[in-house]
Amino acid sequence: MQTFSYYHPTELSALFELMQQYPSAYKLLAGGTDLLVRLKSGRISPKAVIDIKAIPEIQGLIERVGEAFVIVALTLMADLESDPRIQQSYPALAEAVHNVGSVQIRNRATLAGNLCNASPAADSAPALLIYQASVVCLSPRGERTLALQDFITGPGKTALAADEIVKQIILPIPPTNQAAAFARLTRRKGVDLATINLCCQVNTNGLTRFVLGAVGPMPVIVEEKDGLLSSPDESETAKRACIESLMQKATPITDVRASKEYRQAMLAVLGYRVLVTALKRLGSGA
Amino acid sequence: MEIQNLHSVSFVVNKRLYAINVEPQHTLLDVLRDQLDITGPKECCGVGECGACTILLNGRAVNACLILAVEADGKEIVTIEGLGSPDSLSPMQKAFVDAGAVQCGFCTPGMIMAAQYLINNNPNPSEEDVRVALAGNLCRCTGYSRIIQAVLSVSQNNQAKAQA
Repeated sequence: MQTFSYYHPTELSALFELMQQYPSAYKLLAGGTDLLVRLKSGRISPKAVIDIKAIPEIQGLIERVGEAFVIVALTLMADLESDPRIQQSYPALAEAVHNVGSVQIRNRATLAGNLCNASPAADSAPALLIYQASVVCLSPRGERTLALQDFITGPGKTALAADEIVKQIILPIPPTNQAAAFARLTRRKGVDLATINLCCQVNTNGLTRFVLGAVGPMPVIVEEKDGLLSSPDESETAKRACIESLMQKATPITDVRASKEYRQAMLAVLGYRVLVTALKRLGSGA
Repeated sequence: MEIQNLHSVSFVVNKRLYAINVEPQHTLLDVLRDQLDITGPKECCGVGECGACTILLNGRAVNACLILAVEADGKEIVTIEGLGSPDSLSPMQKAFVDAGAVQCGFCTPGMIMAAQYLINNNPNPSEEDVRVALAGNLCRCTGYSRIIQAVLSVSQNNQAKAQA
């Protein structure tokens, strides 16, 4: 690993000053589970690594504020997946986060870090999009809130400005007439990037949404509004055909994990499976 | 230049306090092994996929290869050396020996630390809990069956003690 200047600011103002001092030559360090891999490989060689773990405003916290849960930036994956309130209100998110890396990774990695890396295969992104998450960004200029789909702008790219950090993620309390589930395909069970991942949300009003990960530069959102997928009277064949046509919006590529044809085919398979799980949850009121 | 870029840190490893200077680009694993001669944690993949470097940092199982040594300032660390000694093995260490859960042994220190973390938080895990807890630890020799047996035997001993 190439050397760098390491900073450990304990105040927001000091953090912003450092970010200004090293324009486009700094990297922020939270959990480090992705950053250290990239530092070691030499893919990045920042002049400064700024450890943000002592900034009071972003200390890990999951808190209900009005009709939403606020997940403050430094919240660890491990704390998120084991939080009973998250398991209860956002089961698809708890499932997605539980699938990230390993126990060791989840004990270090932060949710905000996962979003800032903006990997097309990030497991948390489809679940957060299903639950209509937004991201609060903070800079010396003030705060702004972006819908998550506007925050992620491309593979490894976000809407964060050079002087901005993520302060928190906001998750509206989902309405009671919906249920959601997460599914994922990997080559092995532990410590693997998703070949594909997806979330499905069904609503009693007939709307069914899917968010698809690892099958495009950014998560892909598709919807079915006619109530076919959520109807108990429609046949499995009709539902599978509907899902297959919805999944045509994905634009998977061939890479080391799978071919684009395999990804496209598995989207339909997992899409139906995750729909069934979501419908069961809707039926049981979970 | 080098001297300017040194950071003085202090942390506790296996109940002993160390106050040392570290370079910012050195990982905690580098410093434990090369500066402090604590060689239980192993470097294998170096990117957080194999778990051979697993330690407890403030009680949480983490990969020491993905943490900068400077980040450990003020923290408490436990490595395999902190569990038991050759004369007096910890229950988890003994269980690994008894179950034949060790072949080449390279993964064992990390495996035992991940298993210990599980038992610390969940004294009576199911087999599935054990598999999830050890998903971040690779072993190329044993096929995992005896490792899982070893961890479950510790929890069964816990249960037996609780009932006695």
